[in-house]
Amino acid sequence: MKTTTTLLAGAALALGLAGGAMAQDEPLQVGFVYVGSIGDLGWTYEHDQGRLAVEEYFGDAVETTYVENVPEGADAERVMTQMALSGADLIFTTSFGYMEPTNNVAARFPDVMFEHATGYLRNSPNVSTYAARFYEGRAVMGHIAGNMTESNIIGYIGSYPIPEVIRGINSAYLHAAEVNPDVEFRVIWAYTWFDPAVEAEAAQALIDQGADVILQHTDSTAPMTVLAEAGAIGFGQASDMGQFAPTPRVSSIIDNWAPYYIERVQAVMDGTWESSDVWGGIDSGMVEIGEISDAIPEEVRASAQALADSIEDGSYHPFTGPINRQDGSVWLAEGETADDGTLLGMDFYVEGMTGDVPN
Amino acid sequence: MLVLEKRPQPSKGWIAATPVLAVVLTMIAGGLMFAALGKNPVEAIRIIFWDPLFNAQFASYARPQLLVKAAPLILIAIGLALGFRAGIWNIGAEGQYIMGALAGAAFGLYFYPTENPLVFPGMIIAGAAGGWAWAMIPAILKTRFRTNEILVSLLLVYVAEKLLASAATGWLRNPDGRGFPGSRNLSQIEAMNNPELIANTGMHWGVVAAFIAVIMAYILLNRHILGYQIKLAGQAPRAARFAGVRPTRLIVLCLGTSGALAGLAGVFEVTGPAGQISIDFNVGYGFTAIIVAFLGRLHPVGILLAGLLMALTYIGGELAQLMLTIPAPAIQAFQGMLLFFLLAVDVLSNYRIRLKREGLA
Repeated sequence: MKTTTTLLAGAALALGLAGGAMAQDEPLQVGFVYVGSIGDLGWTYEHDQGRLAVEEYFGDAVETTYVENVPEGADAERVMTQMALSGADLIFTTSFGYMEPTNNVAARFPDVMFEHATGYLRNSPNVSTYAARFYEGRAVMGHIAGNMTESNIIGYIGSYPIPEVIRGINSAYLHAAEVNPDVEFRVIWAYTWFDPAVEAEAAQALIDQGADVILQHTDSTAPMTVLAEAGAIGFGQASDMGQFAPTPRVSSIIDNWAPYYIERVQAVMDGTWESSDVWGGIDSGMVEIGEISDAIPEEVRASAQALADSIEDGSYHPFTGPINRQDGSVWLAEGETADDGTLLGMDFYVEGMTGDVPN
Repeated sequence: MLVLEKRPQPSKGWIAATPVLAVVLTMIAGGLMFAALGKNPVEAIRIIFWDPLFNAQFASYARPQLLVKAAPLILIAIGLALGFRAGIWNIGAEGQYIMGALAGAAFGLYFYPTENPLVFPGMIIAGAAGGWAWAMIPAILKTRFRTNEILVSLLLVYVAEKLLASAATGWLRNPDGRGFPGSRNLSQIEAMNNPELIANTGMHWGVVAAFIAVIMAYILLNRHILGYQIKLAGQAPRAARFAGVRPTRLIVLCLGTSGALAGLAGVFEVTGPAGQISIDFNVGYGFTAIIVAFLGRLHPVGILLAGLLMALTYIGGELAQLMLTIPAPAIQAFQGMLLFFLLAVDVLSNYRIRLKREGLA
């Protein structure tokens, strides 16, 4: 067995052993590292809702703590290390940019379990990764958008041109085009996850280009305010944004981390925790479709719900062939469904999309 | 009635005493705030100021981290202070920091894969040059067209951030990274790595550079004619011109030096603690360094201490967040109080408080 002799590992080991010996009496320590503020009403807010759900579910058997507004990189590594030193048994790191720091810290604290959201690196057996299949929700949003647009121009506020976002655009486009072949997508890249001013500008620019339905892959509610003024409609992102219902928010994609967090905490308590890679969709409860408001006609609401149901029960995959790439080459043959590997690395538009993926 | 009376000379005693007084006042006001939040104020203050340095559980990790966190702040603040003393206001160190990191990383990754030991020194030079070049834009615009260097340098930060985003998602993106943004991890490439020089000390090349910068700046300001010119230009611009100080030369020198030092901070960070170019690589060191420069009273040794103090409030603040679940905004307010009190009690060094009877004034 390889032993590391750094002070840190020694300290961690001592803590880990002490923790193990007292595991029956001491509450399980669960830490959360957040990239934003718990009041952002978007990404971090939903992770914190998951933390609160863990507290409620386990009561005195757990103690949770969190550090918010942690920049990715060196600061994240320091926060995680301090968390591990303070006796955490399980640490959720909830941003893609925490991938390297999570793995670095995990290597030094073999007795602390780490769960990294939206990444793919699991360098040591105490690291798991988890993410949600938001593209399933995007399919439903695209379906509603395709039905509702009158100008046949749908706006899309992208954050960064990364697979996660490109996948969402493709999924929304395919299901909008399915019900409305004349539909055209206009994408604006905001190059931010959360910046109300930039997002509002992007929404306005899309409306000026004629869009009457807008999807957003950024986390603030600023676009909603713009949509309300322009009389256009959109969808809640990350959290329900229900305060903008029934219009401009006609439905939403909600990240619900609570079931997963409770399951993983339970696993640590039971001693059954193992490194895993979970990509949960509508069926796991990780992706929720927010209530479709009355602003949407009855039959569209029904067909959107049917689409969501068919994804949930596994009878339909949002990327089912025939689908060609934007350049016309075949991606999926008739009846073929996309494999996760291709989806995870998706860097191309599907046929019918206009514009280029920025490089 | 209380009145302020200007001292003929700043009081030496108060100059030394005010930082301590400010910290005490911060502890009192901050303690009240923590108590209002329902947290034990004594415990919170102890966790912020004491635990990172002396708590057996955390100190062996946190103490070296102080150096890691303070080094870029000190390096940038030293450069800024030279300009500030001469009345040249570079507000865009954040952008120069980004450009230094980008230039350094691009230089290194151009040779990837390589084991050539000259690549790392080359990256450092490229980093300094990147920051220097970015600072030359406001310098040349100012000397040629009399534009305002405050605005130009600040706005160039946003340009640099866009370049950073395009690098992370495009031209410097890790080809083996499954399409995710971010460059290769430089700290894991032998030839491009800025390692911890002595284990468990936090000492990396950036920390060394920060110490050297402090010493060089001290010598420059106290022993060199250029330091004299810088001080003179700030205090008496007309007199400086009569004394033969060429403003153009001074602007180019001060902006260039601060840009190069910010660029160095960027390249040391990207090859070491941060490890890679990512979309959110910059975390505000360039702006915080402005505060550090003034907190240190634009004096090299003061900046060294101010940088370490800022680092302490960051690291202690994180500990307080996770030990007592104090929200991050409360910690930021606490840091704000510290700066507020430091600047507020500064009045005592320059002014005397006198009790005067009504009517005489």
